[in-house]
Amino acid sequence: MKLMTCPVNGTRPISEFICGGELRPMPDPNQVDDETWADYVFHRNGAAGIKAEWWCHTPSNTWFVAERNTQIDQVLRTYLYGQEEQS
Amino acid sequence: MPLRLLKFGLAKKYPEPRMFRQPDRLKPSYDAVIIGAGGHGLAAAYYLARDHGITNVAVLEKGYLGGGNTGRNTTIIRSNYLTPSGVKFYDESVRLWQDLSQDFDLNIFYSTRGHFTLAHTDSSLRTMRWRAEVNKHLGVNSELVDPDQIHAACPQMDIDCGGHTPILGALYHAPGSIARHDAVAWGYGRGADQRGVEIHQQTEVLGIKVKSGQVTGVATSQGEIETTKLLCAVAGSTPKLLEMVGLRSPLVIHPLQAMVSEPMKPWLDQIIVSGSLHVYVSQSARGELVMGASLDPYELHSTRSTLDFTEGLAAHMLDLFPFLSHVKIVRQWAGMADMTPDFAPMMGKTAIEGFYLDSGWGTWGFKATPVCGKTMAATVAGDRNHELIQEFSLDRFSSYQLVGEKGAASVGH
Ligand SMILES: Cc1cc2nc3c(=O)[nH]c(=O)nc-3n(C[C@H](O)[C@H](O)[C@H](O)COP(=O)(O)OP(=O)(O)OC[C@H]3O[C@@H](n4cnc5c(N)ncnc54)[C@H](O)[C@@H]3O)c2cc1C
Repeated sequence: MKLMTCPVNGTRPISEFICGGELRPMPDPNQVDDETWADYVFHRNGAAGIKAEWWCHTPSNTWFVAERNTQIDQVLRTYLYGQEEQS
Repeated sequence: MPLRLLKFGLAKKYPEPRMFRQPDRLKPSYDAVIIGAGGHGLAAAYYLARDHGITNVAVLEKGYLGGGNTGRNTTIIRSNYLTPSGVKFYDESVRLWQDLSQDFDLNIFYSTRGHFTLAHTDSSLRTMRWRAEVNKHLGVNSELVDPDQIHAACPQMDIDCGGHTPILGALYHAPGSIARHDAVAWGYGRGADQRGVEIHQQTEVLGIKVKSGQVTGVATSQGEIETTKLLCAVAGSTPKLLEMVGLRSPLVIHPLQAMVSEPMKPWLDQIIVSGSLHVYVSQSARGELVMGASLDPYELHSTRSTLDFTEGLAAHMLDLFPFLSHVKIVRQWAGMADMTPDFAPMMGKTAIEGFYLDSGWGTWGFKATPVCGKTMAATVAGDRNHELIQEFSLDRFSSYQLVGEKGAASVGH
């Protein structure tokens, strides 16, 4: 993977992007017990697979979601958060 | 000795004995099974057999012995860490390293070089002073040195780094060493084999059987086996194995790349590390410069290498050693580093009886190979975490008891 397609700025070199990690739903910190919260804070799905991840195009500070196969480093699609349907 | 070489080449049989046997099939059951024939798994097998008399052991390796991170690392060995638990652990490892060639009757090219971690900023100088004090308190040879002392030790280095990131000082660790990585795996493998352990290459673990919270066996590409003690030492494949038994962990896999230059006459005695420039370098017994940088910036389960890495590392090497501009890079590769958020390993017993873990060794686990083998063998044999690994357990994350080794482990090999 040498290129990444930002949903706003188009296809750019990968050096313009940073990865913000896997997209994960945050539990309500006021509702959950310490162990569930620790699970959210520390634990990850570390095995290879197709994952939805946060990425940021740094020159324009655009955060978006990329679906990527972490085994072969291939981006399947990218979209702005919440606009998955239109992609 | 060309004549001897010629005879060797023409001989029908191998005149030299093999390092270890190649058993043709798995037995139906073993007292203990170790997944991963890297340095860690083989060392654990070796000490299980030598120190605990447990010899009905199989080491299962999906590829070939030492073909994982053990055979891909830049072999820096040191003990000048930041947390007391880390320092004690690595210091014990350095002690074990010093006797290994003797122990194995095999030259592992252990070479004490002296290790400089360069500081280019006030804040890194401050962390180094802290580290030096923790180290000295625990009896580890470690001190802060100024630019003149660095220059005297390594006159080839440009202390000003071309003017943009001048070196302000360094943490100097006299026992810092390098060793021949393959020989470490072979030495442990041969020693384990001689004591009855079976090493099965080309044997991948595909599933782990657990009954009422207790390990009962493993399914492999060569058939099923029964065991009640299973040690998982698979570095970059750990999340996949944990998934098989349903354990959660913070591990994330990032590639770590390295490269070597063409061989040169010996000129670099020391091991030089710069966290700010993301460089670590030493010169091997063959004269090649062995160089590494920081982790690749995002998760990836593959050992591909990139041009970005070579270019970036070469540029930073030239900041330190401008005279190398004509030197060629001859090889480049990557390994999969299993990273924890606190830069400390995950070791010991787990919530599943009989499932022991030696993982989270990320970019810094080669130096720990002997002590991991020793402590994991004791843990597996006695079903009790060895005292040196108490703070490294997997459940520390659920109880918010992180170790905090980041200042010393992130890029500081
Ligand atoms: C480029 C690079 C540089 C490094 N530099 C240093 C350094 O300077 N100093 C330092 O201390 N550390 C360094 N490290 C870290 C060090 O290499 C590792 O932490 C250490 O070698 C891990 O050893 P291991 O035996 O646990 O893992 P490995 O050597 O990776 O062995 C694990 C084995 O498990 C096998 N395996 C995986 N899945 C399965 C399965 N399902 N079934 C059977 N077998 C399986 C693999 O094939 C592999 O052979 C570096 C790492 C890299 C990648």
